[in-house]
Amino acid sequence: MSVFTAIYRWIDDRLHLDDILEFLRHKVVPIHSLSYWYFFGGMTLLLFIIQVITGILLLLYYHAGASEAFESVQYIMTQVQFGWLIRSIHSWSANLMILTAFAHMFSVVFLKAYRKPREMTWVSGMLLLFLVMGFGFSGYLLPWNTLAFFATKVGTEMAGQVPIVGHPLMVFLRGGDEVTGATLTRFFGFHVAVLPGIVTVLIAIHLFLVLRQGMSVPPKVELEWEAHPESRKEMRFFPNFALRETMAWYVVIGILGALAAIFPWNLGVKADPFISAPAGIKPEWYFLFMFQTLKLIPSKVWFIDGEVLGILGCSLVALLWTLLPFFEGDKPSNTKRWITGVSIFALFYMIGMTIYGYLAK
Amino acid sequence: MCQCAEKQPHDETTRRRVMEAFLGGGILATLASFLYPVIRFMIPPPVADLGGSEVVAAKAADMKPNSGKIFRFGSRPGLLIMTADGTYKALSATCTHLGCTVQYRPDMHEVWCACHNGTYDVNGRNISGPPPRPLDAYDVHLRGDDIVVSRKQEG
Repeated sequence: MSVFTAIYRWIDDRLHLDDILEFLRHKVVPIHSLSYWYFFGGMTLLLFIIQVITGILLLLYYHAGASEAFESVQYIMTQVQFGWLIRSIHSWSANLMILTAFAHMFSVVFLKAYRKPREMTWVSGMLLLFLVMGFGFSGYLLPWNTLAFFATKVGTEMAGQVPIVGHPLMVFLRGGDEVTGATLTRFFGFHVAVLPGIVTVLIAIHLFLVLRQGMSVPPKVELEWEAHPESRKEMRFFPNFALRETMAWYVVIGILGALAAIFPWNLGVKADPFISAPAGIKPEWYFLFMFQTLKLIPSKVWFIDGEVLGILGCSLVALLWTLLPFFEGDKPSNTKRWITGVSIFALFYMIGMTIYGYLAK
Repeated sequence: MCQCAEKQPHDETTRRRVMEAFLGGGILATLASFLYPVIRFMIPPPVADLGGSEVVAAKAADMKPNSGKIFRFGSRPGLLIMTADGTYKALSATCTHLGCTVQYRPDMHEVWCACHNGTYDVNGRNISGPPPRPLDAYDVHLRGDDIVVSRKQEG
């Protein structure tokens, strides 16, 4: 008996691992022409794991603080071996993660996977998406460069526009009335402690729900399978699906590695509160559609401030979108056409506004 | 084509073995390619020794007989002692036991380490407690009002 078998026996004796393995052995994943859209969730998970690992590595050398943050990132990129690569991977992987998270969300919407019994999976996923954007926003400030400084100023100023709770919220986020080293300290704390803690718990819940309920089958396929039970196709989760997922992960790793090595992430210029904002300054691409929407709203709509209207409007849309499953019945035949219409509109609106935001002055 | 029919079970296992070796080898190679930059990243870049070989440890006017002063020698602390009879001694202030910074005890006329009660005489010889070796001694000379400490020349 080998050492590994002995260790396995010892643990199995106490935890009855066989039950768990039995579950994995019998777990199946449906096969149909749209199965490939399922891979975006796993890809997002992989990119999150990469974020955790590279983030911990960056913590070995990063200093939070207005007078040392920029210099410490510079040090990582110029003095530490492979420092440029680790930081570049962290930045690129963050952007790809937001992209795959959005792709995951829209594929869930169009495959109708959010409906009963998966409402909780959808809501936990939407919360994760918001938190991931919070990761992006807080992490963007950490190198303490000019673009980050102004992005944070504008972003927190926007939070300050919300009636009643806005100002206290802004002061809480900034650690004072202005964006200073105190803001950097707070954002650092949110980015490396608060958000990772909450996100880890939510991911655990999200994955548990997916494992427990199994993967959804699109209504159209489901109806066909019910009519012709012999056409139902499934594959085993392990090893068949796991190996396919591994292939998808390799594709992601390949793209990420190439982007990080060929286009290393810039550091920019150190932030200075007493210089003007540079021309053509824009938020990160994933905030661009909101930024462009806010730009298009006039400064006064009737008697309401345009900015306030825009922010409240965006928040309301985000809230309704999070509650999406509750607007629809639970039977495949009950598919509400208008939800599909709104989803298609939302997708094209986001893509269109992002492109418009890039091209606009 | 099918002369292989009776050999098939054997071929299947060999083929499976080869595929498994490719798969496992590929995954191992991937992990190795991740691990190499990560390990290199974790090794801290060398810090330039700012010390040089001599430093002004104190002004002669600031030192009183039977007293000691910690000074900065490169990136490590040094201990400058003016003994009761007025001679200067300079030692490394890093205890040879477990690296605490030692101090001069005017009441004992000795160098004492607070961490584990080790003592050295003013020449750095370990005389009691756990220290296994003497403290490194440095050269001291006066240049005008400056007390200059330098590393001992070899030989």
